[in-house]
Amino acid sequence: MDPIVAGASVLAAALAVGLAAIGPGIGQGNAAGQAVEGIARQPEAEGKIRGTLLLSLAFMEALTIYGLVVALVLLFANPFS
Amino acid sequence: MFYPLTLAKLEVGQHLYWQIGNLKLHGQVFLTSWFVIGLLVLVSFLASRNIQRIPSGIQNVMEYALEFIRDLAKNQIGEKEYRPWIPFVGTLFLFIFVSNWSGALVPWKLIHLPAGELAAPTNDINTTVALALLTSLAYFYAGFSKRGLSYFAKYIEPTPILLPINILEDFTKPLSLSFRLFGNILADELVVAVLVLLVPLFVPLPVMILGLFTSAIQALIFATLAAAYIGEAIEGHGHGGEEHE
Repeated sequence: MDPIVAGASVLAAALAVGLAAIGPGIGQGNAAGQAVEGIARQPEAEGKIRGTLLLSLAFMEALTIYGLVVALVLLFANPFS
Repeated sequence: MFYPLTLAKLEVGQHLYWQIGNLKLHGQVFLTSWFVIGLLVLVSFLASRNIQRIPSGIQNVMEYALEFIRDLAKNQIGEKEYRPWIPFVGTLFLFIFVSNWSGALVPWKLIHLPAGELAAPTNDINTTVALALLTSLAYFYAGFSKRGLSYFAKYIEPTPILLPINILEDFTKPLSLSFRLFGNILADELVVAVLVLLVPLFVPLPVMILGLFTSAIQALIFATLAAAYIGEAIEGHGHGGEEHE
């Protein structure tokens, strides 16, 4: 592999995961905070809130995973090598 | 790839190829998915072989699973239409769930293949794309068989200006479904493999448990989303949502 392509791919992989983690991180924090608030206000709804929270956390996590998929493609199945 | 210890190694993008005609198959995926299918068939057979009015043992477990899937389908598709879709949603859920857990729980790495390595079938993009395309076909069929040609009215539903976006949605749904599952499972296995590479004992355990948890959630999400898409196609955008919520 061309060293410039290799270097650019490694950098791009790091950026893909790193940047993709920012948004979902903020989103998950928000969601978890709101869920805690909801539980504090209405402790009897805890089970329902927890279920919905986990499901929506997994949705947000998927966005980081997209970045990870791009990073993995760059590292292990690089189309430019 | 790198092999600092023979104990653990990391392989991505290497497969055991089977050549059938002009097709190149990823053999390791077939082997593990046959294992998963066999396991599911065996358990279902054992559970339904001798059905008792008062369930016990394995029949009890399978009835719990069935009730879980039925509730999931009922919540997403709606009281009236959910019945014929339980087998489809249930198959998706059980196959993905058992695949994900088999990748984490069965010590596949002890079996050496000439190339590639055995792992969860869902960590190959082809498996997840196949499942996602099946889901696409299923919701298309559900909408078309229920509402006929008026199903296509959903493409211009709020306004005809949204037509391109509505068409695009049909492509992004399977894309996001398949990438979500594939990425999560592959990421799990990679994280565990990297940790095993660094510290082979005890340290990877919590991450493995987290992996079990996320794989279960991913199976649940795939099945929930498939059911939600089917429900949406059956009800239509405009007058949906009376049955549930």
